Amino acid sequence: MNLWLIPIFPLAGFLINGLAGRRMSKTLVNVVAIGSVALSFAWVVKTLLGAGALEQPIVEHYFTWIQSGLINIGCDFAVDRLTAVMLLIVTGIGSLIHIYAVGYMEHEGGYYRFFSYMNLFMFFMLTLVLAANYLVMFVGWEGVGLCSYLLIGFYFLENFATTAGNKAFIVNRIGDFGFSLAMFLIFRQFGSLDFSKVFGAAASMPKEVGYGVLTTICMLLLVGACGKSAQIPLYVWLPDAMAGPTPVSALIHAATMVTAGVYMVARSHVLFLHAPIAMDWVAGIGLATAFFAATIGLTQFDIKKVFAYSTVSQLGYMFLGCGVGAFSAGIWHVMTHAFFKALLFLGAGAVIHGLHGEQDLRQMGGLWKHMKVTAITLLCASFAISGFPFSSGFFSKDAILSAAYERAPWIYWVGVGTAGLTAFYVFRAWFMAFTGKYRGDKHPHESPLIMTGPLMVLAALSLFGGFINIPHWLEPIFPEHGGENPVLVWTSAGVGMLGILISWIFYVRAPELPGKIAGALGGLYRLVLDKYRVDELYNLLIVRPLIGGSRTVLWRGVDAGVIDGAVNQVGARSRGVGAVLKLAQSGYIRSYAAWVVFGSVLLLLAVGLGGVR
Amino acid sequence: MDIALFIVFAVIAVLCGINLVVQTHPISSALSLIGVMGALAVLYLLLGAEFLAAAQMIVYAGAIMVLFVFVIMLLNAGAERITPARQLVKVIGVPLMAVFLGIVAFVIQGLLPRSELAWFGGFEGGGPRDVGIALFTRYLLPFEVTSVLILIAIIGAIVLAQKEID
Amino acid sequence: MPPAHAVPLNWYLILSAILFCLGIAGFLYRRSIITVFMSIELMLNAVNLSFITFSYHWKQVDGHIYSFFVMVVAAAEAAVGLAIILTVFKNRKSLEIDEISSMKD
Repeated sequence: MNLWLIPIFPLAGFLINGLAGRRMSKTLVNVVAIGSVALSFAWVVKTLLGAGALEQPIVEHYFTWIQSGLINIGCDFAVDRLTAVMLLIVTGIGSLIHIYAVGYMEHEGGYYRFFSYMNLFMFFMLTLVLAANYLVMFVGWEGVGLCSYLLIGFYFLENFATTAGNKAFIVNRIGDFGFSLAMFLIFRQFGSLDFSKVFGAAASMPKEVGYGVLTTICMLLLVGACGKSAQIPLYVWLPDAMAGPTPVSALIHAATMVTAGVYMVARSHVLFLHAPIAMDWVAGIGLATAFFAATIGLTQFDIKKVFAYSTVSQLGYMFLGCGVGAFSAGIWHVMTHAFFKALLFLGAGAVIHGLHGEQDLRQMGGLWKHMKVTAITLLCASFAISGFPFSSGFFSKDAILSAAYERAPWIYWVGVGTAGLTAFYVFRAWFMAFTGKYRGDKHPHESPLIMTGPLMVLAALSLFGGFINIPHWLEPIFPEHGGENPVLVWTSAGVGMLGILISWIFYVRAPELPGKIAGALGGLYRLVLDKYRVDELYNLLIVRPLIGGSRTVLWRGVDAGVIDGAVNQVGARSRGVGAVLKLAQSGYIRSYAAWVVFGSVLLLLAVGLGGVR
Repeated sequence: MDIALFIVFAVIAVLCGINLVVQTHPISSALSLIGVMGALAVLYLLLGAEFLAAAQMIVYAGAIMVLFVFVIMLLNAGAERITPARQLVKVIGVPLMAVFLGIVAFVIQGLLPRSELAWFGGFEGGGPRDVGIALFTRYLLPFEVTSVLILIAIIGAIVLAQKEID
Repeated sequence: MPPAHAVPLNWYLILSAILFCLGIAGFLYRRSIITVFMSIELMLNAVNLSFITFSYHWKQVDGHIYSFFVMVVAAAEAAVGLAIILTVFKNRKSLEIDEISSMKD
C-alpha cells in the first residue's frame, strides 16, 4: 500500500526546492512544487481505489519510534474512510492552490522559498491526517504550526507580517500545551497512544457523568483544537494571519490546517461520546464562535479579513456539528467549506492581484466589468456559503443544524441566525467589490488562466460538491444520525436567502443605508469594528503583565541579580580570598620560615598528642 | 665518667649555640658554631661514632666553617644594627621559643624508652670499617648520587663566583 | 652491662632538640644572611646528633651513614649558598635579609 509515499512526495519537493531552488529556473521550481503535490494526490487516488470498501482501517507500521520502559510508540500510518476524505481534500485542493500560486506569486521575491514552505506544509498536514497514534499526529500538528508561522511571516521584511507570524505560533502553542497534557493523560489512562488501542479501551468505558478522566482529556484536546482551529478564546491569530500571501490564507487558513482541530475531534469521537460534558463544551464554544465571528465579519473593510472571520465562524459550525454528535456532518462541512472558502480566498486573491495589491473594499466596486470569471466564481462560492439550495454548503450546514435542533432547539435558531449573518456579510463583500462604480484609482484586470482555472474547478465543486454524500460514506465510523426534517432545512435556507436580499438592499439599492445605521449605532458599531477589542484585552491582561513581569522580576531580579550576582560574587570572593592570601607572599624569607615553623609545630603537636606509631 | 663528659660538652654546645644566636657580629657567630661542632664531635665519640666524629671535625669544622669565615671576611660583613623591633622580638620570641622547645623536647624524648642508657663502648659498629662496608654495599647508590651532587655543587659555585669576577 | 656512669639516651635527644630550637631561633631572628645560614648549619648538626643517637639505639651503623650524607649535602649546600650570597651582595650591597624581598609581587 505504501502510504508513506503520500507525504514523502511533498517532502521531496520541499527538499529539492529548499536546497537547490535558488539556482533552479522558475519553471523547474513550479514543476517540482506542483508535481510533488499532484503526485501525492495521484497516489492518494490510487491507494483509495485499490483499498476496496475500506470498512476496516488499513494500518502500516514503519518503525518503532520510541521504545522506553512502558512507552512503545511506533511510526504508524492508517487509512480509513475518514482519513480518505481528509486526504482527498488536502491533496486535491492543495494541488489546485499550488497551481494558482504559481500565477499569484509570479512577481514576488523568494519564489522558491515560498514553494518549499508550501510543500513542507503539505508533508506535515498529510502526516497529521495519516497518523495512527496521537504522537505522530502531534508531529504533524506542530509541523503545520511551524509552516503556518513561516508562511504568514513570508514577507519577513514587513513588521506586521512577522508579528502576525509570532502571534499565530504563540497562540497555537497554547493550544499545543493542552494537546500535550491530553496526551499525557491518555497515556496514563490507557497505557498507549495508538488510536486503535485507546478507542478500543474507551469504548468499553461507561459514559461519564461529572468531570472525570475522559472529560478532562477531552477538554484538553478541545484546548488544542481551539488553538489550531481558531475558536474562542484562541482565535485571535487567524485574522492577523492574513498578512501572509493569499494562497497561504487559502490553503492553510481555510481549507486544511484550521480543520485539523475538527479532524482531531472527529477522530477522537469515541472519547468525546463518552464525555457528554466535553461535547457540550465543544458545541457551546463552536456556536459562540460562529455567532461572534459572524458579527465581526459584518463590519470589516479588508476583503481578506472578512473571509478570515468567516472562516472562524464556519469552523464554529464544524465544532457545533461535532459537539452535538453529528461528527460526519462536521466533516462534511469541512469538505464543503474547503471548496467554497478556498475559492473565496483565491478569488479575493485574484481581485487583489488584479488591483495590484488593493485589499480595501471601499476602494473597489464595479469590478464585474473587468473580471467576469473571478466575479462569477466568487458568486458561486458566496451562494455556497450562504446555503443556497442544493449548493454544497446547503447540504452540510443543514446536516449540522438539524442535528443541533435535536440537541436543543435554541441552538438551531442561533445557528440559523448566524447563517443569515453569514449570507449577509459574504454578499456585502461581493456587492461592494463587483457592483456599482469603481471607487479606486488602479487599473483592474482579469487574472491569467493559471489562476482562474483553479477558481473554476472550485466553483464547480462548491455548487455541486454537496451531492457527495459524506455522512453515508462515513457511516462505518460515525453511525448515521437521525433523518432530516424538511421544515428545518427550508427554514434555514430561507433565512440565508433573506440575508442575501437584505445585503442586496443595503449595498446595491440603497448604499447610504449602511452608513446611516453605522452612525446610528455609534459606539456599538465601533466596538464591533474593533473586533470587540479582544486583542487589546489580551494585551492588557496577558501580554503586558507577562512582559512587565519578565522585565522586572525575571530579567532584573533573577538574571542580573541572582544569577549574574552569584557568578560575580564567586569571582569577587575569590579575589577577596586571594587578596588575603597574598599577604602571605610577603617576599620576606623570614616570614616564610616562620610559617614553616608554625606548621611544623602543629605537626609535632598532632604527632605528640596522637601518639607515634 | 660518661655523664661528666656528657654534661660538660653538652653545656659547651648549648652555650655556643646561644652565643651564635645572640652575637651581633657574624665572626663571633662563626666561631661559636665551630665550638658547637667540636662539642658535638666529642658526643659522637661517646656514642661510638668514631668515623663520624673525625669526619665532623675534618669536614664540618675544618672545611665548611673555614669557608664561612672566608666569606665573612671577603664581604666585610659588619655587626648587625640593633633596632627597636629587635627588643620587642626578644620579649615575645624568647618565651615562644621556650614553649616550642618544650613541645619538641617532650615529643622527641618520648620516642625512646626511658630506661635506655648509653655509655662509651656500648656500640662497637661505628668504626671506619663498618661504615665503609655499609657505605659501599647497601648504600652504594646514594653514595654515587651524592658524588654527582658534589660535582654539581662545584660547578654551580664556580659559575656563580665567576660572574662576580667579571 | 651498663656501667653506673652511663648516660640516659634520652638526654642526647633533648640536647638535639635544644640545639635545633636554637637554630630555629637564629634563623628567624637574625638579620644577616650569613648568620641565618649558620643557624641552618646548627640545625643540621642537631639532626645529625639525633641520627647517631638512634643508630646507637638500634645498634646499627645506618644512622651513621645518614648522618654522613647529611654532612656531604650540607657541604655542597654551603658552597653553593655562599656563592649565591656573594652574588647577592655584589648586586645589592647589603646583607640584610629583609631587603631581599623582590619576590613579593
